[in-house]
Amino acid sequence: MDYSNLRRQIIFMKKSFFDQGYLDEQFNQLEELQDESSPNFVEEVVALFLKDSPRLLINIEQAIEKYPQDFYRLDSLVHQLKGSASSIGAVRMKNECSVLKAHGNDKNLEGCRRSLQKMKREHATLKQKLESYFQLLRQVGPRNSAVNSRK
Amino acid sequence: MAADATVFPYGLRVLVVDDDPTWLKILEKMLRKCSYEVTTCGLARVALEILRERKSKFDIVISDVNMPDMDGFKLLEHIGLEMDLPVIMMSIDGETSRVMKGVQHGACDYLLKPVRMKELRNIWQHVYRKRMHEVKEIEGHDSCDDLQILRYGFEGFDEKGIFITADSDTTRKRKDLDKDHADQDSSDGATAKKARVVWSVDLHQKFVNAVNQIGFDIGPKKILDLMNVPGITRENVASHLQKYRLYLGRLQKQNEERILGAARQDFSNKGTSENLNLRSSFQDQPSNVSSGYPHASQKIQGQSSMLDSQLEDTKCTVPLPASDKSRNSVNDVADSQNVADASPLSGVLSFKGLPVNQDNNPSETMIMECQTWNGGVPSKQFMQYPKHNHARCDLLGDYACLPKPDLEHPAAPGNFFTPPPLISMSCSMELDARNFSDVKPALLDCIKSLSPALTCTVDSVSVQLSDSVVTSTSSDRKFSTVEGLPYFDQTNSQGPLFRSQEPSTTCGLDLASLPEDLPSYPLQGVPFENIGLSSIDLFHYNDTMLLAGLQSNWYDDQEFISETTDYPLMDGCLFA
Repeated sequence: MDYSNLRRQIIFMKKSFFDQGYLDEQFNQLEELQDESSPNFVEEVVALFLKDSPRLLINIEQAIEKYPQDFYRLDSLVHQLKGSASSIGAVRMKNECSVLKAHGNDKNLEGCRRSLQKMKREHATLKQKLESYFQLLRQVGPRNSAVNSRK
Repeated sequence: MAADATVFPYGLRVLVVDDDPTWLKILEKMLRKCSYEVTTCGLARVALEILRERKSKFDIVISDVNMPDMDGFKLLEHIGLEMDLPVIMMSIDGETSRVMKGVQHGACDYLLKPVRMKELRNIWQHVYRKRMHEVKEIEGHDSCDDLQILRYGFEGFDEKGIFITADSDTTRKRKDLDKDHADQDSSDGATAKKARVVWSVDLHQKFVNAVNQIGFDIGPKKILDLMNVPGITRENVASHLQKYRLYLGRLQKQNEERILGAARQDFSNKGTSENLNLRSSFQDQPSNVSSGYPHASQKIQGQSSMLDSQLEDTKCTVPLPASDKSRNSVNDVADSQNVADASPLSGVLSFKGLPVNQDNNPSETMIMECQTWNGGVPSKQFMQYPKHNHARCDLLGDYACLPKPDLEHPAAPGNFFTPPPLISMSCSMELDARNFSDVKPALLDCIKSLSPALTCTVDSVSVQLSDSVVTSTSSDRKFSTVEGLPYFDQTNSQGPLFRSQEPSTTCGLDLASLPEDLPSYPLQGVPFENIGLSSIDLFHYNDTMLLAGLQSNWYDDQEFISETTDYPLMDGCLFA
């Protein structure tokens, strides 16, 4: 296997995440936390996020559809999602949360809906990108974890 | 202590509470990397159970603010009350109001998400601080040994110098004790921070006993003798006495405050702006005093409630007595500052622009007119003062002028800035307010400038105890905490409260020559010469004291509302 090629791919991919604004500094922080005692830390954390966030998205959708007047509840749920997105540095999602919150504050239900749809798309995109990324990483193996933890 | 003191803070036992599993995992990893012992929990209620069950098994708790099953602030309160552990709040929301709320509920810190490891590395300071506090409380006078132990324990630990500093202060203090003891007119007061004396419950009790026996007006030397405690100096006693008086005054004030509650509200809003006004008026004021004090005309109503948890009452504004409007320099301010505003810290002035502060010129004295805050009583109170203080207020050294702590003057106690109508205070600028990062510079300045005056409570009984244990004889407020600040000990974030107990006795304020017709002396033309306040080194409230005061006040009272943002300033002011 051409590790150097793979490594280049990985590097390039990661760079694109940052350049295109999908991820921010927090992601680097996670990589710094990765060490011998938890060699797959970043992947685990991301997996956790990707697993938990759909629930939050559903909650938000439910709040909009079932409790359209309860903007307080909506705000609280969006806040949760925002916090979660910040954990891995999912900046696009985080920003979209702010937009959604703003709509909620304006009691703009339609705006909330649109924002939520956008959020779902962002989430799906991010999920796909990150999963590809980690797949690549797995291919190069732990030996190349230097790629990840390099600061 | 659970964590090994010799390798503190390694092994610090942390409980992390967060409903977000991702964050929980990240935080756990971060804390583990700091060599802490981590327990995670996704629910607030579960966290409480864990804590209740194993209270002694944790050193600190970190919790998110927004949790589904319980409000983070509520959890915070519970923990503070039941387990008395330091709690750090976290949130992605860094809005001031939220942070303030955290502080009000007793959080010792508030971190913003995404939390960085470097922030977590330092959380041990909250634990340490709390322990220091407790050690002091329990051991009081003899705590230096324990502190030594703690210190040595930390020696290998070079994270922050603060602890080392604190310890070395203590050590230095011990060494200097003998030297100081003999030094009555010690110029120490004028020097920068001195090592602090820890006023343990025990020590304070002796102090109070002595004071009760002989009264405030005898002076610290006699109190010291009566106390018969080796190792403390007259300066220590003097400064403690001052605080005590202030404290009592504050308590008094508190009572009055409650009555004036509503009125106060109105004023409090004005307070802040008034401060600013004051400042400018100060600056604009032509120096009436020979020394060139620009603000002489400020009338300062001293209220001792600095320590009071009712910080909200204190505004760092010049408490201009309603009665005395003749002070025009700050008339505008005064008016708004109406006495009705029973702000304890009436005396706290935001001398932001006071040249006094800037100049650090001991000879510059700020003449302040102290008036009690009491709504409605000010002028009267004020009138009384001149009689008293004259010739008595040797601010620092001798509290002869201070009345007994019986709060005979309803408004007086706690008059920080007692009416010696013109308290010329040469703000001893040793106090370096810049250390107070939390306190606005103005306050610090204020404090500094006021400090001399503060101690010179002409007839005020209240020596505000900022950080000493005050056993209130006249009030029902009992002191249980040693470190004196009952108010303080509640929060974890109290800094080394006693750190700065410098013998502020060097306040060379000699009010002996205060003119007698002071009643309304707005500082107008009080000839400095008359006042004879020369070397004012009044209290140097150490920065930490200030901070501590501030903090403790915050936590102490739930009534504390958002307006408190101004309060810290005031607090600092007094304790400058």
